[in-house]
Amino acid sequence: MVAIAEKFVRPRSRFGSILDRPKILGPLFVSPAILYVLALVGAPFCLALYYSVSAYTIYSQSYKFVGLANFVQIFGSDIFRTTLVNTFIFTFGSQILGLVLGKFGALLLLKPFPGRKIVRALIVLPWAVPVALATVAWEWMFDSLYSVINWTFIALGVIDRSDAPNWLGNPHLAMLCVMVVNAWRFFPFAIVIFLAGITAVPQDVIDAATVDGAGFWRRNYQIIVPIIAPIVVVGLIFGTVFTFTDLSIVYLLTNGGPVNATSVLGFEGFQVGIVSGDVAHGAAISLVMLPVLFVLVVVMLRFIRRREI
Amino acid sequence: MPRPLANALSQVGFYSAVAFFVILAAFPFYWMAITAFKTNADLYDISNIPFWFNDPPTLEHIEYLFTQTLFARWLLNSAIIGVCVVGITLVTALPAAYSLARMTGRSGEALGIGIFLTYLVPPTLLFLPLSRVITMLGMQDSLWALVLVYPTFTIPFCTWLLMGFFKAIPREIEEAAIVDGCSVFSAFIKMVIPLSVPAILTVVIFTFTLTLQEFVYALTFISSSSQKTITLGVATDLVRGDIYFWGELMAGALIAAVPVAIAYNLFLDRFIAGITGGAVK
Repeated sequence: MVAIAEKFVRPRSRFGSILDRPKILGPLFVSPAILYVLALVGAPFCLALYYSVSAYTIYSQSYKFVGLANFVQIFGSDIFRTTLVNTFIFTFGSQILGLVLGKFGALLLLKPFPGRKIVRALIVLPWAVPVALATVAWEWMFDSLYSVINWTFIALGVIDRSDAPNWLGNPHLAMLCVMVVNAWRFFPFAIVIFLAGITAVPQDVIDAATVDGAGFWRRNYQIIVPIIAPIVVVGLIFGTVFTFTDLSIVYLLTNGGPVNATSVLGFEGFQVGIVSGDVAHGAAISLVMLPVLFVLVVVMLRFIRRREI
Repeated sequence: MPRPLANALSQVGFYSAVAFFVILAAFPFYWMAITAFKTNADLYDISNIPFWFNDPPTLEHIEYLFTQTLFARWLLNSAIIGVCVVGITLVTALPAAYSLARMTGRSGEALGIGIFLTYLVPPTLLFLPLSRVITMLGMQDSLWALVLVYPTFTIPFCTWLLMGFFKAIPREIEEAAIVDGCSVFSAFIKMVIPLSVPAILTVVIFTFTLTLQEFVYALTFISSSSQKTITLGVATDLVRGDIYFWGELMAGALIAAVPVAIAYNLFLDRFIAGITGGAVK
């Protein structure tokens, strides 16, 4: 492209010549985005790292270095250890549930059938609609007195009104609820990702394998799975990262309760760092997410690289 | 088993599975909608069948939202934030994506992945330092804080989306323009941008919906009701004391959710192509 352009010598102003040279224009074009991200993601990220080893609170804004004292303190706290365990239960529970639903949903939507477009539009809703608003609807469905879920069970005679479950008031049920709501929010995304993956498999490759005598399972696990794996893994990592670090569902549905039964890392970081103003400990709690995120990102990068070979 | 019967049974199985998924996904929204139009007497009577209207539908909740709460103000706030963030995102992401797709070669590819990865840095890690930064800038408790912060996730996301799209435009188009005497810059403005209108539209829609969906930063930075976004306002501000007014809450959630749901569905295919574009190529 450049070679062709340079054959023509045109008189140009100095400004024009800058605009004509990809070597200069390229970095010039990309710099605003990079600077924005460096200033408001990179710098705050470093600041978060420093807060976690300082004694900074909004009441005493001291940048005094305290080493790993904040981390030692948070790991010594029962609430934090519960939170950590909760975060993993919440993430894996809802991801597995979401993936199972996603896989089955994708299989259903793969075949054309009348009304498929409308069905897809409806199924995508949980992922499209702002999660905070959908969570409020679920909160109403889990209401201790007017829960439509309980009403249905009572009407069907499965349970009695006197022993109807208090969904958000019981520690185990509350955890189940936040997981279900998160899986519910995530599964349309999983469906969409599976569908994108499956349609990326070229039909002729499958046909060729069939002609060569590959059976259903062989086709599935030696051809389809390897081809869709990069897409599905990238999608899965997205889902995991956003679940692992989320606070909105927990904040709105249970507010971490009852008695910290559903507290997760993002929520606890918010409670300590923002609500209580103990920025240093809040940053330390949030940063505990980092090793997990790091592992996930490394796995994802390997998959993104693989497709380039 | 005779063949027609087996076929019919598998059809029934298939459609009941589809029905299960549709009910699972859409029931909360049906519930939202029906609650929004029910009278309070109907809502809070457990002897009524809750799935339909036992009393005639009412607009009282919606009327209440617009007359007694700051709902209209939150809609306006969200619109202002959305428009500003879309502007910032387009101005930065369009040239960045073009540069990474065309002008910076192999290092551009790596840089592109780098920018995209910042999309994965979660708000719950950044909200503490960012809230300090915003206090230092004197923007605490103002919707402008969100205008400043939201591009941190819309720029990476849209750059990635646009990169994939620019790669799909044949290079010959710009080359022809350059041969005809355009500078590289004016080839970008005159040829590439007009060709990218569908992609730009996708970016506009998704930036807007991302700003509407965002909750964590809004919750962290905004505390006065008059500065809240629609999502934050409905979720946190319609509870008076400890009492939940479900009619108003669901009406507010419904009004905010419907446009997002429609926009999302219209642009879903492009969105999928964008998000998996890196992986499919």
